[in-house]
Amino acid sequence: MWSWVAHRITGVLVFFFLFVHVLDTALVRVGPDAYNTVISSYKNPVMNLMEVGLVGAVLYHALNGLRVIAIDFTERGARVQRQMLWAVVAVWILVMVPSTYFMLARTVATLFGTS
Amino acid sequence: MAAVIEAPRTRVKARSSFEMYSWLFMRMSGLLLVVLVLGHLFIMNIAGGGVHRLGFAFVAGRWASPFWQVYDLAMLWLAQLHGTNGLRVIINDYAQRPASRFWLKMALYTATSLVMVLGTLVIFTFDPTML
Repeated sequence: MWSWVAHRITGVLVFFFLFVHVLDTALVRVGPDAYNTVISSYKNPVMNLMEVGLVGAVLYHALNGLRVIAIDFTERGARVQRQMLWAVVAVWILVMVPSTYFMLARTVATLFGTS
Repeated sequence: MAAVIEAPRTRVKARSSFEMYSWLFMRMSGLLLVVLVLGHLFIMNIAGGGVHRLGFAFVAGRWASPFWQVYDLAMLWLAQLHGTNGLRVIINDYAQRPASRFWLKMALYTATSLVMVLGTLVIFTFDPTML
């Protein structure tokens, strides 16, 4: 039940971001300055942290979506749904650890001056 | 004399298969979006310096290739339709008054149409030489 709740919440959050993201990308049609200005806001530390949250939300929604497909379309899916949820959590952690590092490395280096 | 079996209740009208196709579309588009969106997130946020290298010149370099134009177009359309259908289901689940259900869905479909048209135009009318 909680995997379903999380699927809904991540889905709605990602969908709202998609609206904002198409609008900010549309600024490439206004000009290089307009686009580079809006993109620079994605490089600020707070936004950078929110991007990790976005990747985490999309990744959960993708992995749990694959689990839902396996439950709906395979013979054994429904019987092993709980084990598949643990697989979703495990893969999510395995992917998020290095991804978070690569996404935040530069921001952390700039903020705390280790460069 | 054989017993007369009463006919089962008749359908008022032929049932629409829309919800079945909507269910199937969520799974098929979801499968494609796993590849398209996770690929997009990897390229934009993780690979080669991530978000810090993005800008007008980066977009110009990518959209010079029809491959990335089609990739981004497919991602835009599938993600918009997948997300809009998801929100339609959520509105049907939680909005109780018929009027609020209707207007929430109208607002959703209007916003989706505008964003899909805008995004499609941006991909195909992009001009890398503009000032």
